[in-house]
Amino acid sequence: MPDNHTYPGQERFVAAADDVVVGAIDAVDQDAEPTGFWKTAWLQLKVRPLFWVCVALLALILLIVLFPSVFAFGKDPHYATLERSMLPVSGEHWFGTDMQGHDIYARTIYGARASVIVGVLTTAAVVVIGGLLGATAGFFGGWLDSLIARLSDVFFGVPLMLAAVVVMQMVTSRTVYSVVLVLAIFSWPQIARIARSAAISIRNEEYIDASKSLGASKVRTLFTHVIPNCLGPVIVVATVALGVFIVTEATLSYLGIGLPESSISWGMDIASGQPRLREGSPILFFPAGALALTVLTFMMLGDVLSDALDPKARKR
Amino acid sequence: MARYLLSRLGQLVIVFFGATLLIYALVFLVPADPIAALGGDRKLPPEIVEGLRAQYHLDQPFLVQYWYYIKGVFSLDFGTSFSGQPVWDVMKRAFPVTVNLALIALAVETILGIFFGVLAGLKKGKLFDTSILFVSLIIIAVPIFVLGFVAQFVFGIKLEWFPVTVGGNLDFYHLLLPGIVLGLVSFAYVVRLTRSQVSQNLTADYVRTATAKGLPRSRVVLVHVLRNSLIPVVTFLGADIGALMGGALVTEGIFNIPGVGGTIYQAIIRGEAATVVSFVTVLIVIYLICNVVVDLLYAALDPRIRYA
Amino acid sequence: MSDEHKHGLGKIKDKVATALGKSPPPLLEIRDLVVEFEVQGKPVPAVRGANLTVYPGQTVAIVGESGSGKSTTAAAVMGLLQGTGRVASGQIVFDGQDLSKASEKDFQKIRGSGIGLVPQDPNTNLNPLWRVGFQIRETLKANNAEEGDAKKRAIALLAEAGMKDPDKRVNQYPHEFSGGMKQRALIAIGLACRPKLLIADEPTSALDVTVQRQILDHLDTLTTDLGTAVLLITHDLGLAAERASHLVVMYKGRVVESGPALEILQDPQHEYTKRLVAAAPSLSARRAETPSVAAAVTDVKEAAVEAETVRDELRDAASTGPAEVVVASNLVKDFPIRGSLPFQSSDFRAVDDVSFTMLRGTTTAVVGESGSGKSTVARMVLGLLEPTSGTVEFDGKDVTTIRGPEAKEFRRRVQPVFQNPYGSLDPMYSIYRAITEPLVVHGIGDKASRVDRAKELLEMVALPVDTMHRYPNELSGGQRQRVAIARALALNPEVIVLDEAVSALDVLVQAQILTLLEGLQNELGLTYLFITHDLAVVKQIAHQTLVMAGGKVMEQGPTDRVYDNPTSDYTRKLIDAIPGGSIELAG
Repeated sequence: MPDNHTYPGQERFVAAADDVVVGAIDAVDQDAEPTGFWKTAWLQLKVRPLFWVCVALLALILLIVLFPSVFAFGKDPHYATLERSMLPVSGEHWFGTDMQGHDIYARTIYGARASVIVGVLTTAAVVVIGGLLGATAGFFGGWLDSLIARLSDVFFGVPLMLAAVVVMQMVTSRTVYSVVLVLAIFSWPQIARIARSAAISIRNEEYIDASKSLGASKVRTLFTHVIPNCLGPVIVVATVALGVFIVTEATLSYLGIGLPESSISWGMDIASGQPRLREGSPILFFPAGALALTVLTFMMLGDVLSDALDPKARKR
Repeated sequence: MARYLLSRLGQLVIVFFGATLLIYALVFLVPADPIAALGGDRKLPPEIVEGLRAQYHLDQPFLVQYWYYIKGVFSLDFGTSFSGQPVWDVMKRAFPVTVNLALIALAVETILGIFFGVLAGLKKGKLFDTSILFVSLIIIAVPIFVLGFVAQFVFGIKLEWFPVTVGGNLDFYHLLLPGIVLGLVSFAYVVRLTRSQVSQNLTADYVRTATAKGLPRSRVVLVHVLRNSLIPVVTFLGADIGALMGGALVTEGIFNIPGVGGTIYQAIIRGEAATVVSFVTVLIVIYLICNVVVDLLYAALDPRIRYA
Repeated sequence: MSDEHKHGLGKIKDKVATALGKSPPPLLEIRDLVVEFEVQGKPVPAVRGANLTVYPGQTVAIVGESGSGKSTTAAAVMGLLQGTGRVASGQIVFDGQDLSKASEKDFQKIRGSGIGLVPQDPNTNLNPLWRVGFQIRETLKANNAEEGDAKKRAIALLAEAGMKDPDKRVNQYPHEFSGGMKQRALIAIGLACRPKLLIADEPTSALDVTVQRQILDHLDTLTTDLGTAVLLITHDLGLAAERASHLVVMYKGRVVESGPALEILQDPQHEYTKRLVAAAPSLSARRAETPSVAAAVTDVKEAAVEAETVRDELRDAASTGPAEVVVASNLVKDFPIRGSLPFQSSDFRAVDDVSFTMLRGTTTAVVGESGSGKSTVARMVLGLLEPTSGTVEFDGKDVTTIRGPEAKEFRRRVQPVFQNPYGSLDPMYSIYRAITEPLVVHGIGDKASRVDRAKELLEMVALPVDTMHRYPNELSGGQRQRVAIARALALNPEVIVLDEAVSALDVLVQAQILTLLEGLQNELGLTYLFITHDLAVVKQIAHQTLVMAGGKVMEQGPTDRVYDNPTSDYTRKLIDAIPGGSIELAG
């Protein structure tokens, strides 16, 4: 209750005018550089050393995929003579040779192609299909949402590895594209789920109402407002998924039902290297190491991106 | 609450039929001649071909075939394998093994995963946290067949801490190493999930209020942060059981375990579509049941769902 | 000796000391406090040399806008600075102990029993997974204040805080409570261990104004009975003056003025305090501007004069046409609510027979607390929601049932400005894109003409032209609302629907935006539908007012009449509940 007595320390105090300068109300800081969502993310990323490590590794991997002959120093991965069978690591054959006499170093270099291409194509397919379906389901809601949700549940319900094994067994001609197709068909629900929950939280935002009040159709709003805002979380999951797809392809090849014998895959090389480990020859670690490094690069990139692109962390 | 359960059950039924239809379609529709697929590479004598046609109702339209199949499932008649055994018997032998394996994996990923995840979340940004993150990434990045093989080599052959293969010995000791290997990747995911939940909830408003009440930090973490963080982790674990059972394929191969994965793989090689489809159907059912259990758990743990 | 007993003796001691001419020792003394946060590796001060004293049993209020450092100061007292915050220098002396260098253990001893906290947002400050009773008992146990049956004590504490049916409520979960009830639970927790000082951080700003009054009255009585000192943090000058005997005004981390509350209000000395007093809606219930606000806001008016051609266009569009721009008749909106079983749903009537006429060039305000249906009415006028029955006539045509190209044409003439400045602009769109999106959707003009138009619109809302290259995350709340207003003007509308458009803004920024809106209305003849929960703001800007509660119109008519001679009890209650409304100002 108000009391008329003034206690020590509570006398009337007014700060000197030049001590505290009262600025104009709510003025725009014109000296600051304009930055948007992507630019702000970039500024955050470029100071992290881990980001640059990933970028460097990624560049190396891409170069290897595009110009394998350069990195293999002209060695032919398909060439094999039994005279060169099972040679140990040496100056001539950096990683040794396998049972048929292939140079393992060359095979490891060329093996990058299959893995990375499968990973990239599958991820692209999954992001497009899953992203579109998920965002549509989340934004429109209602029966469309239920339909897409049930559909994704159905594909989710079948374990990926098993489905891939079943289908690959049934397919008569196995190519890179059949592997991509199988993986994509059973993995899109994962991305759809992320896109859907992002869309659901976006559709309650007022700028969506504002867009409707302008007279924009719902479809237009979906493409111009909802989907661009879903990209952040989707990209993060996509980079991790890329790594997982590469591992899955390797596993399928390891089991012998992935890529055909004629193509070079790390999975197959690891499979053939396994019995040799028991004899004390560590050659399986070369393709295994290359595989792990590639997958690790994509996953670390995903981790780093998630901090920069996380919408929750960016709200003022 | 009742409404929630009812709608979940309804969804379950739809997904069951959808998924089984999908698998059935994949197996029977894709190749030109289902009988050829059934027979694998062998050329079958005409009587067998006739018998198979009758058994699988292959002269009937596809959906009718599917219907007969579903009817069979409900009466536990999964057909016969090529070796003459009823598939149901094969399942009775294979499933318990894999279930045990999956349970060991689940125990590993739950106990160790949550433990390390909580510690990492509490010490976010420090060395312990970064190393845990890195280790978990490596586990996910290195394919399971390499991990399993190396584990078998190092711990089984070189160090002789564990038996190398399982074969007919289905006791706990023999299944331990393969169980751990199977649970490794999931362990990595659990650690990461727990870690991010814990570090997020540490900055929640109600945690601040709890601290303002004068509670010691240990109690704040245990009572307030932990319980709230574990709900998504529990849901992940529940869904993982189904994934573990389906994904044991590679692990069972490496350690020579006569479980579901191994049986399916053999059946695929031999082209026994009936066996494959039957096993996968049961796996789907298990996965769906786990999902429902997880949903119930979720409702039990989060009063907002219970008393909505 | 129980805590109440101790406090009671303390009070007697103080009274004796005062009678003898000696003042009691201060309970809390903050001297030259500096609090820093680390931003991108560099220390940034949030509080720069604050001084403050609180005596036992006294209520002291810290008043300031966002960024003033008031909440940070309070957090520093309890050792609750988040993230990288730390006390860089200065002293915080509580009951003889310097807390600026205290360890976590020291703070733990003091929290709860020495200093209690009533936090701001009732929705996020209670753990949703534990029962309320459990959360109360926790604090009793932690501070060794358990005497006898803890459960009974928790019920008693809830009753003390004004909760009805405390024995039932104590076993419930937070999500089963309303906002006001949750706040009462938080008060019960804060006072449970009879702390000497209670820090109340904006304890009622998230609540409706009538609930606010009840809770604050209750808190007053409680703390007086218990002899608890209160440090009240608030942005509302009127509220502070009503509840506190001593006022501290903070701006950008510094104390700019402090002293007895009434003195400061009736005779503000510092430039900033003068502005606050002039701009506070509850204190200046006049529609004319006072000189100091106008001075601070001239840049807005001047910029508005410059955009000539656009102004003419807008004025033509807005001011030609029938005098009765919008006629809403017998609007009703029902929402189905799901029952516990499928196929079981009942209807919830959000809007019940609302009718009004908006005259061209004037402002119609719809006032109500949360759940009154006012936003639903706005959405029906905007055409975002279809009424269950009733019509909205625009220019003589019923717009509730139009579709297709006619609907699109209608949209041009009625535009919205929404409440949340942080959600009304797409974060991915540059300001230029955001403002010109309406033009793109309606296919108006080409790229060059749109750039010109964007420049003119920005000038009308007193934002520098190069803002159009910026993104929403770089702008403050007030600036974003100005962009939203510019966007609303892009299509030359006749009517603008403002749904709580200034509710989320600081007081001075709010005044600036209201002046801008007023200026635009006078220049261009725009018609406004102004939705708000703040009755005091309405007096400043609206020509006619509707008061809504529970979906029904409680009262409507010219604003002055509604304010000065309310016919409905509900309106009277609302007016009484305005914080600081009863304080007499000089002049």
